[in-house]
Parts: sequence; structure tokens; C-alpha cells
Amino acid sequence: MRIVVQDAPFDLGEEAGRFAQADAGVGAVVTFTGIVRNTAAGDLKAMEIEHYPGMTEAALTEIAERAQTRWSLSDVLVIHRHGHLTPGEMIMMVATAAPHRADAFAAAEYLMDYLKSRAPFWKREITADGAAWVDAKDEDEAALDRW
Amino acid sequence: MQVLYFAWVRERIGVPREEVETSAATVADLVEELSAREERYAVAFADRAALRVAVDQTLTDFDASLDGAREVAFFPPMTGG
Repeated sequence: MRIVVQDAPFDLGEEAGRFAQADAGVGAVVTFTGIVRNTAAGDLKAMEIEHYPGMTEAALTEIAERAQTRWSLSDVLVIHRHGHLTPGEMIMMVATAAPHRADAFAAAEYLMDYLKSRAPFWKREITADGAAWVDAKDEDEAALDRW
Repeated sequence: MQVLYFAWVRERIGVPREEVETSAATVADLVEELSAREERYAVAFADRAALRVAVDQTLTDFDASLDGAREVAFFPPMTGG
């Protein structure tokens, strides 16, 4: 398992490639990548992501460990950025490796659902009108019920 | 104990962290104590449904005991991913 919290960009291709090569028993790798989406009005200048150093890594590790208990996984990778990002930049990625694809898909969805509302990150959108904290969505909380 | 604030809670209180001398037994007691001290705390803590709390970096609730706690953090619902 590898959990990375950093402000620097990451190379999706390199990370996914290295992750897919790591274990000989792997038959399936699923990756998800989150990207800074522009506003409907197209006026997003930047997104700032604040986090809680220490708790962030602990929360992500716990979520990944629970996924490993629940599904047959060979490996888990989570990379999440913080700091100042611009539209189109990659915010985060998760990758799951498993002998079979069903476990890899399910675990990736589980990781994303928990990461969105249980890992201590907060997004703030900067537009021409100023800065505004992004509100948590009810459906993100509701998504946890299916697990 | 160290008390930390994140996102708009940090902005309303005006500091990211501070050392607080308290004998509060629970998180809810600490919130009441701080809210009574100064208006900025009362404003930040006004809507508890909009707040989340962690004690020693573990997500918990307002009934949680502060017995032995070193660090308490207040923040809005998380928006990662």
C-alpha cells in the first residue's frame, strides 16, 4: 500500500505503469483520477485544497486498510494533492490491483466514496467574484450507505 | 490542549491552532466554553450540524470525552477527491 499527500503534481502514466508492474499475481488494475473541473460559468481561476497534516495520512491509510480487508487486493495506491491548483490539473488518483477485476473496481469505488467525505480535505474555489469554500454534497454522504 | 481549526472555521476564529487551558469533559463542553469566551467562537460554532470534530486526529462526535486528549480539531464536512 502506498499513501501520498503532496502539493507537487504527479505523473499519472508513470504512477499507473509502475503500480501495474509491481506484483506478479495481479490480473486487474483499476485507476481513478480526479481533475479540477471548471465552474459552469467557466470562470474558475484556481482551486485551493487545505488538509489536516497527520490526520489526512492516517485517515487515508485506514480507508485503504479497510478496503484490503473487504476485497482480495494485491495493492492500493492513493495520491492526493493539496495547495494551489488550476483547472484541468489532476487533484488525486487511486489505483487498486487485484487478481480479478470485480474486486479492483469495487475497491476503487469504495476508496473514492470514503475519501470524499472522511479524509480531511477542504476545497476552495477562486473565481473573479472571490473565494468560496465548496460545500459537501448530501449525495456524497449518502453514497457511504451502500457499503 | 491544542485546538485546531480548518477551512471556514479557521477563518471565522482567526487562527489555525491555539493552546487552550480547559477542564471541559467533552467536545460539547469545550464548544460551550469557547463560545462563552468570545463572539468569534460563538459565530464559528453556531451551527453544530455544519461542523465535524476530530479528537487526536480521529473523527468523532460532540459527545466524545476529552479525557487524556492532546489535540481537538474543528472543521466543516470534508470535500476531498
